[in-house]
Amino acid sequence: MSSFRFLLDANTWQEIFGSIRKNKTRTIITVIGVLWGIFVYIAMAGAAKGLDNGFDKVFKDVAMNSMFVWAQSTSIPFEGFKTGRSLELRLGDATALTNKIPEIQHIAPRNAQGVFGGSPALTVHGQKSGTYSVLGDYPIYTKIATKKIYDGGRFINDQDIELSRKVCVIGERTQSELYEKDVNPIGTFIRIDNVYFQVVGVHKYANGVSFDNDSDIYIPFTTFQKLYNTGDRVGYFVIAAYDDADVVAVEKQVKTILKNRHRVDPEDERAFGSFNLGEAFGRIMGFAQGMTFLSLVVGLATILAGVIGIGNILLISVKERTREIGVRRALGATPGEVRMLIIMESVFLTVIAGVLGIVLGAMVLNLVGNLTEGGDFPYANPTVPISYVLGALGLMIVLGTLIGMIPAQRAVSIKPIDALREE
Amino acid sequence: MIEIKDLHKSYQMGSNTLHVLKGINFNVEAGELVAIMGSSGSGKSTLLNILGMLDVADTGSYVLDGVPIENMNETKAAQYRNKFLGFVFQSFNLINYKTAQENVALPLYYQRVSRKVRNEKALEYLDQVGLKPWATHLPSELSGGQKQRVAIARAMAAEPKVLLADEPTGALDSKTSYEVMDLIQQINDKGNTILVVTHEPDIAEMCKRVVILKDGVIVEDKKVNQKRASAYVQ
Ligand SMILES: Nc1ncnc2c1ncn2[C@@H]1O[C@H](COP(=O)(O)OP(=O)(O)OP(=O)(O)O)[C@@H](O)[C@H]1O
Ligand SMILES: [Mg+2]
Repeated sequence: MSSFRFLLDANTWQEIFGSIRKNKTRTIITVIGVLWGIFVYIAMAGAAKGLDNGFDKVFKDVAMNSMFVWAQSTSIPFEGFKTGRSLELRLGDATALTNKIPEIQHIAPRNAQGVFGGSPALTVHGQKSGTYSVLGDYPIYTKIATKKIYDGGRFINDQDIELSRKVCVIGERTQSELYEKDVNPIGTFIRIDNVYFQVVGVHKYANGVSFDNDSDIYIPFTTFQKLYNTGDRVGYFVIAAYDDADVVAVEKQVKTILKNRHRVDPEDERAFGSFNLGEAFGRIMGFAQGMTFLSLVVGLATILAGVIGIGNILLISVKERTREIGVRRALGATPGEVRMLIIMESVFLTVIAGVLGIVLGAMVLNLVGNLTEGGDFPYANPTVPISYVLGALGLMIVLGTLIGMIPAQRAVSIKPIDALREE
Repeated sequence: MIEIKDLHKSYQMGSNTLHVLKGINFNVEAGELVAIMGSSGSGKSTLLNILGMLDVADTGSYVLDGVPIENMNETKAAQYRNKFLGFVFQSFNLINYKTAQENVALPLYYQRVSRKVRNEKALEYLDQVGLKPWATHLPSELSGGQKQRVAIARAMAAEPKVLLADEPTGALDSKTSYEVMDLIQQINDKGNTILVVTHEPDIAEMCKRVVILKDGVIVEDKKVNQKRASAYVQ
C-alpha cells in the first residue's frame, strides 16, 4: 500500500472525519489539550515579542552608548579634606574629559532647576500659570537625546548661547497647561521666575530613559547661568561615546578623571554618581530575551503535554475500539490501513486544535495590544512571527504523527480474532 | 472451494495445553451450504476462525479456492479476507457510529471502491435484505434481526467466495432466525458457498449438509434434505 496514495484518497478522509465526528467527547477533550498548549505558546511568544518591541520603541530615540554623570559628596577623607565634602561639576570638566578621552563623541553639560534640587520655576502665560522644571542646555544635547520639535519651532541654537538670549523650548504638556488649544505658542512670551522668555519651540514627549519629561522648559545654558546665578557649575553631564566604544570603560575613565580633578580619593565610589544607558539597556534587553526564551520553553512544553494527552486519549480510544478495529480487519483492513487511520486521526486532531489555538492566541494578543496601545507600559505590536506559527504547526504535525504511532501500533499488535473477542 | 487436511489447533493456558482441534479433514465444494454442529467447547468457532483466516492453525494444510493458506503475513491475510471471505457473527459486530448503509459499504472501502459506487452498492444490498428504508439508521436503532440482516448485507457486499456465519441466529428468536436463514438460503441459491455454525437442529435442517464436531474431531458428516425457511416465514 502506498501511503501517499492513501493520503490523497477521499475515502480515507471520509473514514477519518467519520471517526472523529462520531467520537465527539474524545475529539473535544483532545482538541482542548492541544489548543491550550498552542494558545499558551502563541500568547507567551507574542507577549514576549510585544515586550521586546516595546523596549525597542522606548530606546529608539536614545543614543545607546550614552551615560550620565553627576557629582555627589565624598565618602573618604583625602589630602586633608574631611569626608562628606560636597562636590560640584564645572564647565572646565567637560573640556578636560573630551581632551583626555578620545572615545567621547559628544558631551552636553546641563543644569536643572526643579529636578534634583531647587524648586520648579513658577511660570506664567496670560491668566494661566504652573510650576515647571527648567533645564539649561547646549544645542549639542539634541545630538545625544533626540528631541522632536513641532513644526515651525526649533531647539536652542549657538547664537542663543552666545547672546544668552531669553528664549525657551517648552514641553508638550507645559504648552497644554499654559495655552488655549488653538493658540500657536511660537513667538509668544512666558514669564519664568519673573523673567520674560520668548517661546521658540515645542518638544514632543519622547519615550525614553532620561530625566526629561514633557512638562519642562529648556533655556540656553548661558541664560540659565544668569537666571539662577550658577557660574560655571554644571548639574550633570550627558556623554555619548562613539558607537564602537565600550561605554562601561568610558564611564570608568570619566570618573577617574573627575576624581583626579576634584581631589577625591581614587577609591571613593560615592563621590560621583553615574548611570549608563548601554548597560541598563543590555540588562533590559536581556530580560526581554529571557522572556522570549521562557515563553518558548513553556509554550513548547505545554504543546508537548497537549500532544501527549492526545496520544493518551487515542490509546484509551483504541482500547475501546478494539472490537471495531477487529471488525475492520475481518472486513479486510490491512495493518497499514489501520495504523494510518489512527495516525491520521491523531494528526488531524492535533492540527485542528493547533489552528484553533493559534487563532485564539492571536485574538488575545490583539486584544492586549489594543488595550496597551499608547500607554506608558513598554509593550507594542505583540505579533508572533509567521515562522514561529508555521514552526509550531510543523512541530505539531510531527508530534501528532509520532504520538499517534503508539496507539496505532497497539491497534494492530493484537490478533484480529482476539480483537473480535474483546468485550 | 475449501480443502483442509489434518488440522490441529491448541491453546496454551498457563502451563496447560488445551488441544481443541485434533486433526480435522474436511472439504467443501462451491455452492454448498454446510451446518457445523457440536456441543459447546467442541471447537466449532475455532475451526470457523481458522477457515476465515482470523486465526491460524498449528499444523495441517488449508487450501482456499486453490490458494494454499500458510505463512501469510497480516497484510496478505487482510487482502484475502477482503476478497474471498465474508463474516457474520452472533453478536452482529456492526460499527455503532456508522449507519446501516455505511456499515455495509465498509468492506468496499477496503476494496478501494469509490464512494459513489460504494454507497450505491450498499443500498442495493440493503434492499436485498429488505432494509433499504433503514439505510440511514444507526445500529442502536435497529432490532436484533435487522442488525443481523445488515451484517449479512455487509458480508455479501464484498461479493466473497465463502460466507462464514458463527451462530448467526444465536441471539434471535425463532421467527427472526427463520427470516435470517431464508436470506442465507437465497444467497446460497445464487451459488455462494456458506458455512453456518449452529446449535439449533432446525437451523441445521435448513442447510444442505451437516458436520458434527466432538472433542476436536468430525464425528459425523451427512447430506440432509434442505428445509426451506420461506415455508416458515410469512
Ligand atoms: N483464545 C483462547 N484461549 C484459550 N482457550 C480458548 C480460546 N478460544 C477458545 N478456547 C477454548 O477452546 C475450546 C473451543 O472453543 P470454541 O470457541 O471453538 O468452542 P465452540 O465450539 O465454538 O463453543 P460454543 O458453542 O460455546 O461457541 C473451548 O474450551 C474454549 O475455552
Ligand atoms: Mg462458538
